[in-house]
Amino acid sequence: MAVIRDIMPAFDLLQPTSASDAQKLRQQYGGDAWIMAGGLDSFDWLKDRLRKPKVVVDLSGISELSGVRESGDGVEIGAMTTLTEIAHHPLIKSQYGVLAQAVEVVASPQIRNQGTLGGNVSQDTRCWYYRDGWPCYRAGGNICYADTPVGRNREHAIFGANRCVAVHPSDSVPALIALDAKFVIQTPKGQKLVNAEDYFVGPDIDITRLNIIQPGELLTSIRIPNTWAGSKFYFEKVRDRNVWDFPLMNVASAMKVSGGNIENMRIAVNAVSPRPMRLKAVEDAVRGKPANAETGEMAGKLAVQGAVPLQFNAYKIPLMRNLVKRAIGGVQEAQWA
Amino acid sequence: MGLVQWATSPWGNSVPIHIAWYLIWVCAIAGLLFMIVHALYVGIFAKPKKFAVNDTPSVIAGVPEQVIRHSFVARAFHWVMAISMFALLITAFLPKVGVKFDWVTYHWIAGLVLSASVIFHIVHASFWLDFWSIWPDKIDLRDAKRRMMRALGKDAPPPARFAKYPLENKFYHFVILCSGLAVIVTGLFMMKRVNTLGIFSRNPYIFGDMTWGMMYVLHGLAGVGLIALIMVHVYFGVRPEKLPITKSMIFGHMSREFYLEEHDPERWLIEKAKKGPGYAPSDAD
Repeated sequence: MAVIRDIMPAFDLLQPTSASDAQKLRQQYGGDAWIMAGGLDSFDWLKDRLRKPKVVVDLSGISELSGVRESGDGVEIGAMTTLTEIAHHPLIKSQYGVLAQAVEVVASPQIRNQGTLGGNVSQDTRCWYYRDGWPCYRAGGNICYADTPVGRNREHAIFGANRCVAVHPSDSVPALIALDAKFVIQTPKGQKLVNAEDYFVGPDIDITRLNIIQPGELLTSIRIPNTWAGSKFYFEKVRDRNVWDFPLMNVASAMKVSGGNIENMRIAVNAVSPRPMRLKAVEDAVRGKPANAETGEMAGKLAVQGAVPLQFNAYKIPLMRNLVKRAIGGVQEAQWA
Repeated sequence: MGLVQWATSPWGNSVPIHIAWYLIWVCAIAGLLFMIVHALYVGIFAKPKKFAVNDTPSVIAGVPEQVIRHSFVARAFHWVMAISMFALLITAFLPKVGVKFDWVTYHWIAGLVLSASVIFHIVHASFWLDFWSIWPDKIDLRDAKRRMMRALGKDAPPPARFAKYPLENKFYHFVILCSGLAVIVTGLFMMKRVNTLGIFSRNPYIFGDMTWGMMYVLHGLAGVGLIALIMVHVYFGVRPEKLPITKSMIFGHMSREFYLEEHDPERWLIEKAKKGPGYAPSDAD
């Protein structure tokens, strides 16, 4: 339980200036090291004294991890690039607009100025039982307080629950999945690339983490191929307060349309499951079909098949159905990027 | 470094949540050490077995070439239980030592198979087999003392040959019975906490945090205990002098020579005349 708030526990602050040094520090300290990007998730944990690492590795001094770099086959975004920089970057806005839209609605301007892409995709879940320090499954205990007859689970999962019903809270991840992004991870054995959707892990595999990063590994950048550059994009986030909130749900899609028909599509939703969901069945089902409301209706129904609502979040099923429908069929008030 | 991991409940109480996971390694190492020490003892220090034998020619003549030890049903139970036990240990402990996979569903399904097989075994052994053949009797205890004295180099009469099961076998059965029932009973309650595809309705509030915590601890302690017990069981199963017993769990029978060497026909009766060649009434597993 969080007893003392706003006074952080003592730790050694390490501020490497290169990615390789940071990765070595992770390797050296293993589970005792806390990696801090923008600090927005980290300071919650540290000030609530729910995480007491021996060392904090602050990545903010590593210039090679920041910036948007155009490459021959796409674009590479450093893990420490701020969300504001991404949202305003001309190349991102013109070619990968779904990502610009997604990061533009993350939290508030101040948070976007400080928050980084790497931090946004690697942040921990916002389940309040877990964040308040209750000994739930995700915290190493033996119960999910949200998934009980009286648990408050309005924001929780309708897919992929396995003891824990928390959801992944990122806005940028569905856009990165839609763009077929690859995450670049520095490991002790060298560099490895993983598909955006494979960066995340569900509670069925590992209940205490949301991503596959191991002690000794470091997310250094995210590469977006130009495969989907300039496609028809759609992003929508639904939240309780439009000025500043985590998503109740969000959807991102990239669609190639020819002659009114969908040639190819990638679509992902988040905040419905402990790991962001790429809707492969939907992608397959809509290929070759007209990009209209009828196809969207069919896709929406397909998308929610297998959903299991909790006590207070059944609204997420029609919400997801409609978001998927709008991502495909469009909506009058929505703007194509 | 305690045996139990504790946490603070939402109401501020300190409650146990599960065992400390280093106990997995403690039990695995304990099992390994037992095997090494036993192998060294048998190979270097142990004296040859010597039993009191007074079989009459008619008794010897009455023993068939192949003595049936386990019926097909008893063997089937044993192997179903063994498979489910291995599945339970693998799904329980591999994720704890770093091998990550979706283990929960496989674990509770294996647990249900184990529970069903054990219930079957209790009924089968109680009403169709010789229930008492697996429990120590006075002769076992007397002979245990004699064997101990002789092992220490003191004078003692040679012990009688075993009944159907040696005393060590009976003790092992008792220990595995206790640990097995502990994991089964606690495991069945714990199924109220996970999604069991509708078999059990979820309700984590049937017990308080402390009771649940104790249940998880008991489940864990019995579970890690089973690591050592299963290691030892497999070790004895592959030891050369025990292979006839292991083979009998596969094929159902043991040789006449091994039977007369290790088992006392007076204590493990072969009722050949009643049911034909090789019939053994005390077919408890």
